[in-house]
Amino acid sequence: MTTPKSRTIATLSRRQFMASTAAVALVAGASTLATPLRAAEPIKTAGIYTVPVEQQWVSRIHKAAMTAQERGDVDYVYSENVSNTDYARVMREYAEQGYKLIIGEAFAVEQEAREVAAEYPDIAFLLGSSFKPDDALPNFAVFDNYIQDASYLSGIIAGSMTKSGNIGMVGGFPIPEVNRLMHAFMAGAHEMNPDIKFQVSFIGSWFDPPKAKETAFAMIENGADVLYAERFGVSDAAAEKGILAIGNVIDTQADYPDTVVASAIWHFEPTLDKAIAEVNAGTFKAADYGVYSFMSEGGSSLAPLGTFEDKVPEAAMTLVNERSAAIKAGTFTVEINDEEPKSS
Amino acid sequence: MDILDILLSASFWAAAIRIASPLIFATLGELICERAGVLNLGIEGIMVAGAFAGWMAVYSGTGLWTGVMVAMVVGMAFGLIHSVLTVPFGLSQHVVGLGVTLLATSSTYYAYRLALPEVTSPPKITAFQPFEIPILSDIPLLGPALFAQTPMTYLAFVLVGLVSIVLYRTPLGLALRAAGENPSAVAAQGLSVTGIRMGAVIVGSGFMAMGGAFLTMSAFDSFFFEMVNGRGWICIALVVFGAWKPGKALLGAVLFAAFDALQIRVQQTPLGADIPYQIFLMTPYVLSILALIVMSRRAEVPGALMVPFNKGER
Repeated sequence: MTTPKSRTIATLSRRQFMASTAAVALVAGASTLATPLRAAEPIKTAGIYTVPVEQQWVSRIHKAAMTAQERGDVDYVYSENVSNTDYARVMREYAEQGYKLIIGEAFAVEQEAREVAAEYPDIAFLLGSSFKPDDALPNFAVFDNYIQDASYLSGIIAGSMTKSGNIGMVGGFPIPEVNRLMHAFMAGAHEMNPDIKFQVSFIGSWFDPPKAKETAFAMIENGADVLYAERFGVSDAAAEKGILAIGNVIDTQADYPDTVVASAIWHFEPTLDKAIAEVNAGTFKAADYGVYSFMSEGGSSLAPLGTFEDKVPEAAMTLVNERSAAIKAGTFTVEINDEEPKSS
Repeated sequence: MDILDILLSASFWAAAIRIASPLIFATLGELICERAGVLNLGIEGIMVAGAFAGWMAVYSGTGLWTGVMVAMVVGMAFGLIHSVLTVPFGLSQHVVGLGVTLLATSSTYYAYRLALPEVTSPPKITAFQPFEIPILSDIPLLGPALFAQTPMTYLAFVLVGLVSIVLYRTPLGLALRAAGENPSAVAAQGLSVTGIRMGAVIVGSGFMAMGGAFLTMSAFDSFFFEMVNGRGWICIALVVFGAWKPGKALLGAVLFAAFDALQIRVQQTPLGADIPYQIFLMTPYVLSILALIVMSRRAEVPGALMVPFNKGER
C-alpha cells in the first residue's frame, strides 16, 4: 500500500509533497487505529500469573508464550506471583504500557478483570476463566485446560493398572477445570472396570505439597494402589509407598520413573497461536478458546509411556489407541462434567 | 474404616506426629519470644524464609544438618530485625511483626528467583528419611507412631524438653520469664532487659525457621512459595492454647495435627460422601478455637507481653 505512494512522491513538488505526506500520515495513523499491527511485527504480549511460572497450569502457558517469542510472533514479558488483590492493577499497568495481548488467569478476579478489559477495548485479553465469554465485551476471550480427552485416556490406563480396584484422587479445590478432568479420568478407569472405587479429597490449597502428601498417604492406607496426582506431593507419596500414580497437566515421569505410569498433558500452543492469528488479523473477539485444548486441536495429549512402555496391559492400550483415534476423528466425545466429584 | 479404627491405627498417629512437627518447632520459637514479652508476628514469613534457606543450602551441596543450621541462621537474622525494631526502639509489635512477615516472604521469593531463574519445576533434594529407633519402634501402636519418624521430628521433641529445662531450671530462664512478667525487676537485678528480649526473639525466630525447614527437608523435598500456608498463624494460637508452657504447647500441636490427620481420613468414610469437604478442612481449626476457649480461661498471660521497656522510665 505504501510502495506506490512513495514512488509518486518523488515526482511531486515540495508543497504537494508536504500535503500528501500529511495525508499519508493521517491515513496511516487512522489505519493503525483501525487495523492492528502487521504480522511481521511481534505482538507485545504480557502474561500475568497469580503463582510462580513453575506451577503446573501456568507453566504450560508460559512455555507456549516462550515458544511463540522464539518464533518471533510475540514480544513476551510476564509478571508472576501477582496476588489476586493486585491483579487488576498489573493488568492496567501493562495496558497503559501499550501491550496488545494480555494473557493470564481470571479465576479469582472474574469481575474485576472484565471491568479492566472494558476500559481498554483496543487490547486483547485472553484469560483463563471458569465463565463464558460475553459479546458485550468483545476484547475479552476465555480459555481453560479442557484436557478431558487426555485425562480420559490416562484413566483407561489407571483402570487397567489398579489391582485393588481402588484409586485415590487428591485435588486442590473443586473448581470446574479440576472437576471435569477428574470426571473424565474416572470415566476412563470405569471403561476397564466398572467396579473401581474412587477416593476423592480436596486439600483447600493449591500449594501445600506436605498436606497433599499426607492426604495421599491416608488414601493408600485406605486401599488405593493408584493415585491421580492433581497436586504436587501426591506423586511423592506414591513413590515413597511404591504404588503407581497418574500425572496431570505436566509430564512428571522424569522425576518418578518407577511410579508415574502416564500423564495427561496440556498444550497451550494451539490456544495462543489462535489468539495471535486473531490479533494479527484484527478479528480478535469474545470467544471461548477452550476447544483449542481439546485433543483434536492438539491441545492435549497422553504423554509417552516411557518407562512403562510394554508394562500397561495390551487390552488397555488397544482401547487407548482406538478411543484416541475416535476422539481425533470426532466420532467419540468425552463428557464434560463440571460437578464436584465425590468418593464412591 | 470407621473413626474408632482410625484412632487405633499406628499410621494415623504417625501422620499426626508428622503434621505436628513443624508446628512444634515454630510454637516453641513463638513461646520463647512471648515469654520474654515480645509478640512475634513475623513467624509466618520467617517459616517461609527458613523453608527456602534450608532447602536451598542442601540443594547447593551442603549436608542436611548444615541446611537446618542455615535455616536457623536466616531465621535469626530476621529475628534480629524484628527485635531491634520492637525492643530498643519499642515500636508496635503487631506492625513490626506483620512487616517482617511481608519482608521475609517477598525477599525469599526474590532470592528464589535469583537462584533459580529458569526452572520448570522446583528441584528436589534428598530429604531426611524416617529413622526407626531400635527396640522402641517395636512397641505396638506407640512405636511406629513416635519412633519411626524423621530425625527432625526427634529434634523437635528434644527441643521441647530442652526449652522447658532452660525456662524453669536455669537463671537464664528465670531472667527471660521475668523480662516478660516484670522487666523492671530484671533491670533492678542489673540485667539487661533489652539484651534478654532481643536474645529471646532471635533464638525464637531461629526455631521458627527450623519449623519451615521441616516442610522442605523432611515433610517434603522441594520448596514451593506458598507451602507454609498459614501454619505460622496456627502456632500463635497454639502458644495461647499451651498457656505459654512448652509441654502444653506440644500437646496442643499434636492435638491440632491429630484433628487434621483425622479429617483427612474421615473424608474417605461414608460420612465424607454426605458432608462437604470444606467442613472437614475446617474441623481442626474449629476444634482448636473451642479448645482455646476452654484452655485459655486459666492461662496466665505474661504480664509484660507487648509492653515495651524503657530503662529508667517511671
